[in-house]
Amino acid sequence: MELTGAEIVVRYLKDEGVKFVFGYPGGAVLHIYDALYNQEDVEHVLVRHEQAATHAADGYARSTGKPGVVLVTSGPGATNAVTGIATAYMDSIPMVVITGQVPTALIGNDAFQEVDSVGITRPCVKHNFLVKDVADLAETLKKAFYIATTGRPGPVVVDIPKDVTADKVEYVYPKKVSIRSYNPVVKGHLGQIKKAVALIQQARRPMIYTGGGVILGRGAESLTAMTRMLNYPITNTLMGLGAYPATDRQFLGMLGMHGTYEANMAMHHCDVLIAIGARFDDRVTGNVEKFCPHAQIIHVDIDPSSISKNVKVDVPIVGPVDNVLKSMLKLLKEGKVKPDQAALGAWWKQIEEWRATECLKYDGSGDIIKPQYVVESLYQVTNGDAFVSSDVGQHQMWAAQYYKFNKPYRWLNSGGLGTMGFGLPAAMGAQMAHPDETVACITGEGSIQMCIQELATCRQYGLPIKIICLNNRYLGMVRQWQEFFYQGRYSMSYMDSLPDFVKLAESYGHVGMKIERPGDVVPALEEAMKLKDRTVFMDFITDREENVYPMIPAGAGLNEMILV
Amino acid sequence: MRHILSILMENEAGALSRVAGLFSARGYNIESLTVGPTEDPSLSRMTIVTRGSEEIIEQITKQLNKLIDVVKLLDLCEGRHIERELMLIKLRAVNNEAREEFKRLAEIFSGRIVDVTEELYTIELADTSERIEAFIGAVDKKAIIEAVRSGVTGISHGDKSLTL
Repeated sequence: MELTGAEIVVRYLKDEGVKFVFGYPGGAVLHIYDALYNQEDVEHVLVRHEQAATHAADGYARSTGKPGVVLVTSGPGATNAVTGIATAYMDSIPMVVITGQVPTALIGNDAFQEVDSVGITRPCVKHNFLVKDVADLAETLKKAFYIATTGRPGPVVVDIPKDVTADKVEYVYPKKVSIRSYNPVVKGHLGQIKKAVALIQQARRPMIYTGGGVILGRGAESLTAMTRMLNYPITNTLMGLGAYPATDRQFLGMLGMHGTYEANMAMHHCDVLIAIGARFDDRVTGNVEKFCPHAQIIHVDIDPSSISKNVKVDVPIVGPVDNVLKSMLKLLKEGKVKPDQAALGAWWKQIEEWRATECLKYDGSGDIIKPQYVVESLYQVTNGDAFVSSDVGQHQMWAAQYYKFNKPYRWLNSGGLGTMGFGLPAAMGAQMAHPDETVACITGEGSIQMCIQELATCRQYGLPIKIICLNNRYLGMVRQWQEFFYQGRYSMSYMDSLPDFVKLAESYGHVGMKIERPGDVVPALEEAMKLKDRTVFMDFITDREENVYPMIPAGAGLNEMILV
Repeated sequence: MRHILSILMENEAGALSRVAGLFSARGYNIESLTVGPTEDPSLSRMTIVTRGSEEIIEQITKQLNKLIDVVKLLDLCEGRHIERELMLIKLRAVNNEAREEFKRLAEIFSGRIVDVTEELYTIELADTSERIEAFIGAVDKKAIIEAVRSGVTGISHGDKSLTL
């Protein structure tokens, strides 16, 4: 049957198994919105700003492992989406973004709402397409989903001019796709894996360091099995939290700029570093000259360009994390060489000494709410089982430090790009995907205002998100750096004229709470969790000048932490 | 170190800007870039001359390989290769002495005089960048009206080749 381009888009999404499209209508996509009308296979979620559409699709993707899908119009629709596309790109999140474009005859004429979407998004997508002929549409969409979800995942933009959505062609769902220039690796090199296993078995002071790649590559289970079998210490990056149970004894906490003392010290002193699905980001390594000075490094990653980019490694393995881990496990089980248990025992003894500094301890005795206490309480009240999104800043670090993630896919944050405004829409995407689960958004009074309009979307779709606002009346992380490195000159980090968040929440039809005393934190959280069908905005008035510790100043090594 | 990267890529709109954008976004250096069709209409071939440490060249080739439109890539400097650049140079040749001199130089450098007017000679030279620079160095600077260079293109020596 002949379908219009617009009908093909909707029909294709259905055939691809897409449940939700996050978007916002406009002139160039009117045909597509018309095709969405009167069908129930694909649910469109109407956000209030295109940036939120991309973050919501991103939150959906992070919490499910499935690609997020976005539909926006040309011009400002596309440019508003760019921040969310770049956010997904930096964190390798599978996403397909369909942007409307002016009719092909007008492209290049500075037409109304025209922007070169393919050009603007080129540096922050895995790939992008401009579809000039309706005959290419279905195949292009297939390629977009294939590219977005395979290899190292990432966002793909498909720009569709309005006339292409009106033109008709016979529609057949393309079952197969092949791109001669794109063949992601499907397994790791066995010789390299053998070398790595030999090195792992010889280690006297081993350390396992894993990142977002383990989550994206669905390798958490194999990682946990291997780590337990070896009895080696493990740390996760900000993006990798949840890949290994945070409450387990072998877990040393997050590493890096605001990582734990034990994780960073173990990194610095280890003799074999096993890096898996992590990319040696500058927030992790600190000064690369001083990074892991005693270690031989094994690096498993699906993206060859991640290997030896920032830190030279000794045993590189390019391959899908889960496949490589399974091969390693098999070889380790067969292996006759066993790690030196005496050396490992001494190493653990040293680590326990570092752990005994209790670097995350804080003084909670006063009558002002400590932000750390709020996150800890949220962890208690939700049994560590919630999906937790965050915005960017101090609250993000406290969320990462004090909410113990025991499962993957539950921690949603913009680690690479550091996008304020990410938290609430990402929580919406997660809540759409998991309607019966608890979804909390840990935010600050600065970040939340960057996408606060989404309270309306929460209302429209009845999303019972629990917003935990750690309100310190400062852009806290900026203020902290100004305190440390700019002699306390708080330039523009002060939030004057804050709204009354309780009234604001209520005006959107939600429940608002203001919590000012430590004793009220847990009861308020418990009450909020009982409101199963309501969005609750919890405004916690916290200690104004609390800092995130430990901290590694820029340019320092992992063993040069400021503890308090 | 100077490297010559030879790239087979999809002959698609935007492929060139993906490569050029990658170099500017990541701060890599481009000394020259040439691109043209191949015997297969679905492919075009690009030659980039760049400079950098071994680590940087490794990153450049990995990042280029990551581009979906890049089908295959070869660093010609990894083995023996032939490289050529085309130059057209317009010289002021107002008297017999100058004309003789340029004719002689063209012969020495295996160039050809491809255009002649009463006062001008245009010489065509296809050679390595080094030899082209040597030619420019050998003519009187004041005689040069303009010189246009194509940038380097190259092919590997012997059996080695960059094909699908």
